[in-house]
Amino acid sequence: MTQGLDQIFVTFQHWAVAHSPAAVQPAVSIVLPVAGILILFPSLFAITTVLERKGLARIQNRYGPNRVGPYGWLQPVADAVKSLTKEDIVPRTADKLVHFLAPVLLVTVVFLEYAVIPVGRNMVLADMNSGVLFFFAAGAATEMSVFMAGWSSRNKYSLLGAMRAVAQMISYEAPLILSSIAVVMAAGSLSTVTIVEKQAGYSGFWPHWYVLTPWGLAGFVLFAIAMTAESNRSPFDLPEGESEIIAGYFTEYSGFKFALFFLGEYLEMFAVSGMAVTLFLGGWAAPFSFLTWIPSWIWFLGKVMTLIAVFIWVRGTLPRLRMDQLMNFAWKFMLPMTLMVIFSAGLWKFLPSGVLRWLICAAPIALLYVVLGRVLQSERRIEKRVYRYAE
Amino acid sequence: MLGEGIVKGLAETARNFFGSYVEKDRLTTVQFPEERLPQAEAARVFPFLVYDTDDMEKGLRCVACKICEVECPPRCITIEKSTEKKPDFTGKPQFYPEKFEIDVSVCMSCQICVEVCPFEAIKMDTAFELSTDDRFGGLRWEKERLAKPNEYYRQIHPMEAAEVDEQLAEKKAKAEEKHAPAAATAEGAATR
Repeated sequence: MTQGLDQIFVTFQHWAVAHSPAAVQPAVSIVLPVAGILILFPSLFAITTVLERKGLARIQNRYGPNRVGPYGWLQPVADAVKSLTKEDIVPRTADKLVHFLAPVLLVTVVFLEYAVIPVGRNMVLADMNSGVLFFFAAGAATEMSVFMAGWSSRNKYSLLGAMRAVAQMISYEAPLILSSIAVVMAAGSLSTVTIVEKQAGYSGFWPHWYVLTPWGLAGFVLFAIAMTAESNRSPFDLPEGESEIIAGYFTEYSGFKFALFFLGEYLEMFAVSGMAVTLFLGGWAAPFSFLTWIPSWIWFLGKVMTLIAVFIWVRGTLPRLRMDQLMNFAWKFMLPMTLMVIFSAGLWKFLPSGVLRWLICAAPIALLYVVLGRVLQSERRIEKRVYRYAE
Repeated sequence: MLGEGIVKGLAETARNFFGSYVEKDRLTTVQFPEERLPQAEAARVFPFLVYDTDDMEKGLRCVACKICEVECPPRCITIEKSTEKKPDFTGKPQFYPEKFEIDVSVCMSCQICVEVCPFEAIKMDTAFELSTDDRFGGLRWEKERLAKPNEYYRQIHPMEAAEVDEQLAEKKAKAEEKHAPAAATAEGAATR
């Protein structure tokens, strides 16, 4: 029963393939899981938009959307109808082809990332030997679509937004990938399936998740910060920056193209959350050995939604960073920290297990954190402004 | 320590989030169409014409002097004066508006028509849900739609209405005093 529910989608795929004519069997076995991804994550996007608006509203002591349907749960339907029926405006001087391709490319590339994320036991579209590498390679292409959008719009705000986006995403790609290297070192594999399987065991009832090691915890926090920046979420939403540059590279997009951008951004968020879950939070593995009877895909989706909830919480709390703060944070804090995490992960691999290993691996990370905090804050002295000519 | 402020902020927002489900005082939103706040006494949206007694045609205070039509900055009032006269509240024969129209879409709620009216005939209404799907006829309000009884005026602006009522009563008393001997002689003549 438990086993059946856990593998229900896999069983269904096998059944559908077995009952289709032999000529189309390979096609069916490929199309079915792709269709699953194409249905699951966009519907998750619809739910998340309303959850986010409600959550942010509660953080600000408001009700949030509560008019469409019971408690406002049909709000995404209204939003979809609105964005589909809106006029699609393309600026006269825009590069029309690139302007059209940018949102399409973004969504396509983000869907590619889902190919290597194991959604449940035996539920991965492509078990590549270099899954993590493929994920980050595909993720890096989102930068191009963002820049295409900003460049083709022929609008100074769009271009500024695109420049900011590229600067930010490239800066944060370094700590993102470096913090995942620690996991790759520990698992000894770039395959996402292998990484999850390494974490799926239990000592007693306690799981073997990488987040439960000192380097894993630090790596997870760093990865979470970097992925927030990578998916352009607040507080790293400078490329959009409504109060500064209107909507950045979105400025000249309306109607369905804007909705596609919005979809792409949320899908990117789910994808990097899925990757964080895969790398640090044990993927589809249950948190305790006595909870393994719950289907693996429920665990995966539950963990992703928890991360999304944290994203929304952070968005409701922190104000937007300044550009120099953003860059300083990436290169002066995140990068040294991730390098130290890699060092600590190396120590962890070669030391015998015990309390001492814990302390030895945690010490350099904690030390660097304190030192970096001190140094960076001492740089922030506020001096009296001197006017050179206007005295 | 680096990150201390972020933790404090996260705690504060979490308190707000859970608090909004527990304490109803936190949610100050008034859910408009179902719940409404009482309107302020001085609220003003769009003018209406006041009439005394129950008969709109007879009791209309407006004497079609056209001051408001001239003074209206966006010129949204259109008045057509009647040819014959009818008695006003003091019994004095006066003209009345054959046609009195205000364009809702043009009116800017400045209250100048109210301030210039020497007959206390036009006042500001507090009703604000004036939208319509008929943008030609529906936005041009006729006399019939503009006219509202004095009772209504007392309801929406009680203090102001009391003051106006007092003034009008004084005026009426003065007029009656002035006309009383004449009227009495006239009545006497009629009976005789």
